[in-house]
Amino acid sequence: MKNFFLPYFVILFFVIIFVIFYKGLQDTNVYTPDKIIQYEIPMFNTKEFYSGENFSSSEIFEPEKTYLLNVWSSWCIPCRKEHHLLMGLKKEKNINIIGLNYKDNKKNAKNFLKELGNPYKKIFIDLEGTTAIELGAYGVPESFLIYNNKIIKKYIGPLNQKLIDEIKLLVE
Amino acid sequence: MKILKIILVIIYVLPLNYSYADEQDKRNKITKNLRCLICQGQSVYDSDSEFANSLKILVDKKISEGLPEDEIYKYLKNKYGDWILYDPGLNKNTYILWILPILLFLIGGAIIFKNFKVKK
Amino acid sequence: MIYSIIGNYSLILGLICGLILFYLSFKNFKNSNLLDSKILSFTFLQFFFVVISFLCLVFSFIISDFSNETVFNNSHTTKPLFYKISGTWGNHEGSLLLWLLVLTLFILVFLLRTKNQQIKYQILTLVFQQVIIIGFFVFLIKTSNPFNYLFPPPEEGLGLNPILQDPALAIHPPILYLGYVGSSIIFSSVLAATCLNMITPSWASHIKYWILISWIFLTLGILLGSIWAYYELGWGGFWFWDPVENVSLMPWLALTTLLHCILVLERKSILTSWVIILSISTFTLSMCGTFLVRSGILNSVHTFANDPERGLFILIFLFALIFLSLFIFFFFHKDERNNPQSFFWLSKESSILINNWFMMYFLSVILIGTVYPIFLDVISSEKISVGPPFYHKLIIPFLVPFLIMMAIGPKLKWIKSQLEDKIYLISILFISLLLAFLVLKNFDENILINTILISSALYLLLITLRDFFTQKYKNISQNIAHFGFSLLILSILFNNLFSSEIITNLKVGETFESSKTKIVFESISQKKEKNYNSIVANFRIQNANGQNDKLSPELRIYNQPVIATSEADIKTTIMSDKFIVINLVQNQDFFNVRYQVKPFMLWIWLSVILISIGGLISFLQRKI
Repeated sequence: MKNFFLPYFVILFFVIIFVIFYKGLQDTNVYTPDKIIQYEIPMFNTKEFYSGENFSSSEIFEPEKTYLLNVWSSWCIPCRKEHHLLMGLKKEKNINIIGLNYKDNKKNAKNFLKELGNPYKKIFIDLEGTTAIELGAYGVPESFLIYNNKIIKKYIGPLNQKLIDEIKLLVE
Repeated sequence: MKILKIILVIIYVLPLNYSYADEQDKRNKITKNLRCLICQGQSVYDSDSEFANSLKILVDKKISEGLPEDEIYKYLKNKYGDWILYDPGLNKNTYILWILPILLFLIGGAIIFKNFKVKK
Repeated sequence: MIYSIIGNYSLILGLICGLILFYLSFKNFKNSNLLDSKILSFTFLQFFFVVISFLCLVFSFIISDFSNETVFNNSHTTKPLFYKISGTWGNHEGSLLLWLLVLTLFILVFLLRTKNQQIKYQILTLVFQQVIIIGFFVFLIKTSNPFNYLFPPPEEGLGLNPILQDPALAIHPPILYLGYVGSSIIFSSVLAATCLNMITPSWASHIKYWILISWIFLTLGILLGSIWAYYELGWGGFWFWDPVENVSLMPWLALTTLLHCILVLERKSILTSWVIILSISTFTLSMCGTFLVRSGILNSVHTFANDPERGLFILIFLFALIFLSLFIFFFFHKDERNNPQSFFWLSKESSILINNWFMMYFLSVILIGTVYPIFLDVISSEKISVGPPFYHKLIIPFLVPFLIMMAIGPKLKWIKSQLEDKIYLISILFISLLLAFLVLKNFDENILINTILISSALYLLLITLRDFFTQKYKNISQNIAHFGFSLLILSILFNNLFSSEIITNLKVGETFESSKTKIVFESISQKKEKNYNSIVANFRIQNANGQNDKLSPELRIYNQPVIATSEADIKTTIMSDKFIVINLVQNQDFFNVRYQVKPFMLWIWLSVILISIGGLISFLQRKI
């Protein structure tokens, strides 16, 4: 009779629900988009910071070279915190640090660099924030490890020593 | 009752498509459907965060380039994942999502109607 | 500091009361001619200890005692007094203390007011309620103690998020909790009644009042949350299908359905299974909501602290309650399978069943939409969002038959009915359709679906209105509540259709002009309050009729925590709201201005109040 099986079926149903919720708790709560490995850099155009010259992404990133593209702003507080780590990374021979100045005022940006130092080989600007979105970023600070026109790793949020060490390791 | 059911089905199947001629409206519609990824539970349309504002500008650009709505969604899904869309769409991940409530409705209806006396 | 100690020990004493109550209940159960007066005393004592504990927390907030970790995390010396007090329950630990307060209050009042029911029933209800209460005591003391001690005591606190410093939000939790924590008593009493085979019409009359209390508060609580969202979150919306909102709406749907079933059960011994399942579901959904919101498993605008350890506790507790109820239901409930119930398709019974059917459908849509992303993530690691488009597409089409049934259903008689006034009913339907079409024909958006929607809501409105004048106070509470509901749907529909918005960038002194509106950014001034500084932007808005409104939105910078917020200025009139909000644009000298005209907002709030009034009238009517 249908009525006989119903209780067991219902209990089984709830046990399954419980297990799923339990497993759901184990996962991280905050969603961050996948740090997809090895996808092509999207094509974008941008202006150079000092000269105002136009550049396309293919001109910026040469093959066989490793780049760290760092999205930053003078008004971004975590950017200040990570900046000295970038200065430290500047000494590395194998890696070129490129800056993308995000939605910033030129004078403030210059002051920021004057105060904390300039680790960037080249700086480009993103006045509207659309270039950052092209790259799949969604805020500042964010950093991309790029090699052979492919984004190898994406770091969301400020860098810390551990990540810097990881970058140095990957660059070898 | 049967008539009611038929009307129900017709209404549901009627495409709830909006056809705004206005670009502003189109942009509003799209940004209402996009999740602001750095906010906690706000659409890009509602939010005034940096990310949301940049995304609005980007959507405007894509619309003026003539990209249809679906293409814009596809473009953003590529960058950020399905998570950025509020309308879960109908794809292999979401069949159950859409069908389950309807299924429950029909099953519920069947159980209830079985108990109805049909005689005069 | 002394408050923390007293508060802490009060909690422990309250827990001990619970254990004593267990013991006394089992003793009294065997010899149950009279309710042991000790039981009543200890129930009161338990409530008393929780009150002491709660007051200790309140005082700690008022005097800014930062040796208390909760106060430190959520308060600041410069906060206004009102918000210091309301900050007590604006955090995870404090809100759990509020849970306990309502739980213990309700069982106390229940025992005091329930004179004409079996003693065994009262004792069992107490036992089940104590299961919940003790569970919460343990949860509180072990994982979420509001009286944790910080040494050395910090000088200053971290402050409360400024968007939570709002009067509507201050009273929203207490009212809401009276609603859905109050449903705990329905849960406990239904389990008790099932064990004793007491699900009868006379029991229904008794439990009805508890259902009404819980329902009224839940309705008002949800209303307050929406009002807060509208005024404070700055986007002019009042419902976003955000998980936390959904989580309060689901118990409301179950409770409303339960209310309808209990009104039926009061007269005829049918729908007993429905009543039991719905009572269990209402409280279970409340607990489930607590789990979803506090464990961090979901992402939302207003989640509390994300803490998986707490989440695990609630999860286990929740499922323990579910399995307990399932066991009792299957083991004790003797269904009316012996006399199979068949209903004529045109009768009051069937219309209630159809009502239940639709309500459960709406509930399932919201439930599935809210938890599906979790399931998908666990099973396939894919992450998706389920937002307003999903809920709108699945709910709106079904509203149409639902509204029409709401109009016709109450007119049907028991057992079998010839629909009287058939001609009258159908003619009102046509009038509604016509009116709706006339209103909409100048707007060429989705005229078909909107006409159908508006006409069905209008139909319900006209029918209930006419009933109000002709039925001479028979079923007035139902009449008012249904009328309020039709008004709600109409207001929401018109609000959606006729809202307009202007988004523009303006510098001080600039003007925006369109065919219907002129926005003049007149001036800027500064304001300094106790815990924030603000820039006030003064606007003059001129509409098509030459009427001028002055609005002054603000940009505020709070001192602790340092957060910048944008405060909308809203001018509310009976027909529409004018809503303006400004935002700073990074590195520019202009402001982004968003001006909306939102018709019938006030009617949305009023109609919900009307619905609760319907419930209140029912509550105040004593049995004939």
